[in-house]
Amino acid sequence: MSTDLENTLYIFMLATFLGLEVIRKVSPLLHTPLMSLTNAISAVSVVGAILITGAQGATTLSKVLGFIAITAAVTNIVSGFLITDRMLKMFKKPGGKK
Amino acid sequence: MAHAVSYIYLISGALFILSLKWMNSPVTARRGVFAGEIGMLMAIAGTLLAFKVFNWEWILAAFFIGTAAGIPIAYIMPMTAVPQRTAMSHACGALAAALVGTAEFYRANQFHEILPTFVMVPLMLETLLGFLTFTGSLMAMGKLQEVLPQRPITYRGQNLTNFTLFGIAAGLAVWLIINPTETWIFPIFAGLALVFGVLLIIPIGGADMPTVIALLNSYAGLSACAMGFVLGNKLLVIAGALDGSSGLILSIIMCKAMNRSFTNVLFGAFGQLQVAHGHAEKRPVRSASPEEAASILEAASSVIIVPGYGLAVAQAQHKIRELYDALMRRGVDVKFAIHPVAGRMPGHMNVLLAEADIPYDRLYEMDDINSEFAQCDVALVIGANDVTNPAARSDKSSPIYGMPILDVDKAHTVMVIKRSMSPGFAGIDNELYYMDKTLMLFGDAKVFVTEILKELPARAAA
Repeated sequence: MSTDLENTLYIFMLATFLGLEVIRKVSPLLHTPLMSLTNAISAVSVVGAILITGAQGATTLSKVLGFIAITAAVTNIVSGFLITDRMLKMFKKPGGKK
Repeated sequence: MAHAVSYIYLISGALFILSLKWMNSPVTARRGVFAGEIGMLMAIAGTLLAFKVFNWEWILAAFFIGTAAGIPIAYIMPMTAVPQRTAMSHACGALAAALVGTAEFYRANQFHEILPTFVMVPLMLETLLGFLTFTGSLMAMGKLQEVLPQRPITYRGQNLTNFTLFGIAAGLAVWLIINPTETWIFPIFAGLALVFGVLLIIPIGGADMPTVIALLNSYAGLSACAMGFVLGNKLLVIAGALDGSSGLILSIIMCKAMNRSFTNVLFGAFGQLQVAHGHAEKRPVRSASPEEAASILEAASSVIIVPGYGLAVAQAQHKIRELYDALMRRGVDVKFAIHPVAGRMPGHMNVLLAEADIPYDRLYEMDDINSEFAQCDVALVIGANDVTNPAARSDKSSPIYGMPILDVDKAHTVMVIKRSMSPGFAGIDNELYYMDKTLMLFGDAKVFVTEILKELPARAAA
């Protein structure tokens, strides 16, 4: 089990550095859509909420908390991806033509 | 089956990374959104199929409500309200993480399962960050929506109160890590984290919102990341780490653009300076009518427009697009100079101007355009204040001294559209307004630009 923790820590370390490098290259033009996109992506935490809510013999407390968590995360996923795309569609190519 | 899903997660993780990579240019950005969506669908479908999932009615109902809420939020929300929506989504993400952590804590105790330290440490981090980001983001949202006052709310001993509260919450978290069966402590800990979130954000003023939004973004991501450690889910760790590092980078950029440190933004309540600088006596300024402004703009060969939060408040982006068109048609070269902290969140002005169909190759970053002000005929400032204040370069006693600014004062003529002479949130008088070459255009940005536009075609016909 502790080797698994070790693996996860390595993944965390690498993902953080990768994230810093990748995000640094994003043009300031797109910082607002970037924020809504990363928000939607991190709402993959819905996976954890599903496992908590859908566990066999989950208590009512687990189900209620899990239910709220899924609702919040799904709201972020749906609105996050859609609004990012809506914003990006507005960035017209130079030349001004649609 | 539970084994196969880890490969699905692996692909999802790769798609998330590609998604962010493709955000580096407006040309590939939409492909990035698509990659993210596929990754998300795979992760959710994989989870639902691979694990023995019970209580489907709860899960489906939550998916239904979340989708029903998400679609209108994405499509009805006006672009001027994007900062509020972003704050709300930080609140939702943080709440989800905090509640999953809470549920996991009580589940383990219910089954008399003692959570080992390497689970309790991330669990306490997840819930601490989750709860404080939840209420903190709600406060930020309230300020952005102007339900709450945008000026900093301060009182004596504020920082001491905050540190004490945080210290107690952190102490309780350590106690719970050592004694994970002491369930009665958990609600006290959660309550303190929720209160701390409120207290952390109320002293922060409107002008500091870009940094705060980015910082809350980072916290929400780290909270989701910690959830990955608790549940042993590597995809959550990757997605959370990407979100956390993105928020971190953005807040560093925002801090640099204001020449301030994190601690200064969080604990330095800018508004207190208001008193010290409120003694500025009335000095004469030159003002101009829409007619005069129109003739100056028309005679210019190059114009740089400097947008700020006032543009968002007045919803003037479409009128500015008309002005841009009218001037470009007359052969005037029009560019937009965008300061990193203009508006209420990173990139706020770019999105508003893009919404009004202004091509993005006309939007310039501060470092790329500053050298051009000296050659430009007219700098037109619309709703921006502190980011144009020359005191940041010259006046060591100014609270914004050292902040990188747009060199608007170097333009041949400066025109500033502003409602009145009242200083901005920072309460600092702007030297720019008293310069000989500066003309103040008093009025609402949208109304004033409309009036300038009325003057322009009349002249062309004459």
